[in-house]
Amino acid sequence: MRRRLPLAVAAAVLVTGALAGCAQGAPAATPSASSGLMGAITVDAAASLDKVFPALARSFERRHPGATVTFNFGGSSALAASIVSGAPVDVFAAASTTTMRTVQTADLTAGAPVVIARNRLEIAVPPGNPGKVSGLRDFADAGRTIVVCDRTVPCGAAAQQVFALAGVTAKPDSYEPDVTSVLTKVAGNDADAGLVYVTDVRAAGAKVEGIPFPEAEQAITDYPIAALKGSEHAALAAAWVAWVRAHERELRSAGFLAPQ
Amino acid sequence: MLVPAAIAFLLLVGPLVALLVRAPWAQLPALLAGTVLPALGLSLGTAAASTGCCVLLGVPLAVVLAGADAWPAPLRRLVRALVTTPLVLPPVVGGVALLLLLGRVGLLGGPLFQAFGVQIPFTTAAVVVAQTFVGLPFLVLGVEGALRGVDRRFVIAATTLGAGPWTRFTRVVLPLAAPGVAAGAVLAFARAIGEFGATVTFAGSLPGVTQTLPVAAYLALNSDPDAAIAISVVLMVIALVVLVALRDRWLQGLAR
Repeated sequence: MRRRLPLAVAAAVLVTGALAGCAQGAPAATPSASSGLMGAITVDAAASLDKVFPALARSFERRHPGATVTFNFGGSSALAASIVSGAPVDVFAAASTTTMRTVQTADLTAGAPVVIARNRLEIAVPPGNPGKVSGLRDFADAGRTIVVCDRTVPCGAAAQQVFALAGVTAKPDSYEPDVTSVLTKVAGNDADAGLVYVTDVRAAGAKVEGIPFPEAEQAITDYPIAALKGSEHAALAAAWVAWVRAHERELRSAGFLAPQ
Repeated sequence: MLVPAAIAFLLLVGPLVALLVRAPWAQLPALLAGTVLPALGLSLGTAAASTGCCVLLGVPLAVVLAGADAWPAPLRRLVRALVTTPLVLPPVVGGVALLLLLGRVGLLGGPLFQAFGVQIPFTTAAVVVAQTFVGLPFLVLGVEGALRGVDRRFVIAATTLGAGPWTRFTRVVLPLAAPGVAAGAVLAFARAIGEFGATVTFAGSLPGVTQTLPVAAYLALNSDPDAAIAISVVLMVIALVVLVALRDRWLQGLAR
């Protein structure tokens, strides 16, 4: 196991981190743990969880002094790819069951993943709606600047699904690598409209306006979470998963739907 | 001496070997035929265009910097530091900066969009702008070094023979500095062909328009790691062809 070699871990983190484009460093060296709930875990999570998870981590760390949770937020698919190629990660929370399945197929999950939340798409427009976008139909207008996620990431797969449901032939100007990039371009008024999750619109506050559309209800995304087999702090990883499951209210207030 | 040298070589070559070992050689033709061909054409085209822009804009800037000895020292240092900044700036930050300047509500892009309805982001031109932005420092620094290395005696001799400033520059200085220009252009091209962060941030990612090979590789990593490796092999081959095709004497300019 290469984890025993600090140099190899550093190299693995460097390589996978550079590939994922979102390395946040290796988990800190842990003090000799007296109980199972001490130490540091690394959680790879979908970008759309990057507001609610850190808040949950603060309460988790207060509850378990000596435990620290480090996050690596990014596109679910890129995170899954880095986990499959050996990134030292303790817990994975994905924005789609398909993405989680790639980690499951590689036999890296400890136990079956559980769905902690669901999310749906919403149209995001810059404040004041300069492109006068009113619905999904406007995504077929080549004259407007439209950005969506690439179909290789969950938010892009969901976008293709709602376009198909609405019978809209979308003409995007860019297929972005993750939902954050879509939001950034809309918030910066470089695009007239983008498709992001409801939770992203809410987290962005006044920087974007959200426009709900009916097809979103039929393309709801599940957020599965799973502790991973390679974890050196399996008990802590399991405790974090349980903590997230026990705090559904926080997820709901961030705009997520309850798991079914 | 030999041990660190071996480690350095291993660090440089090891990842490339790993890539070649893992490459799905059997499926390579099928993988390449898919998304790779349009991205390859776009990458080669934009990298060539941005290298051209780098030479056209960078050589004059290098000439100005090389002749800036009369400037006050703090000003000279500041200008040189500013020229170098894109080298140390994370490319994604460079992309954000380009959006803030040339985006449709940007400092320059805003008036441009209001007056003419012209929008630079999400176009192939935006890819060239992003690549020029990151590649220009390589060319400017390389050419400036080469210009400073030109033996002044040749210039003086040309002056005594009645050559004017333009003739001295085009017939004496530039030919002597040519290896430096070529080396700078190679580095700028190499930087452009591998450019990812600034491109995806400023230009976006649309197949055939703005989706260059590195962007395609990053997206392919999400769904089809084999395709990502195939694209990486293509990028590697391009890099090797460019560097090997240039004769040693051109590349000597890199060492100046």
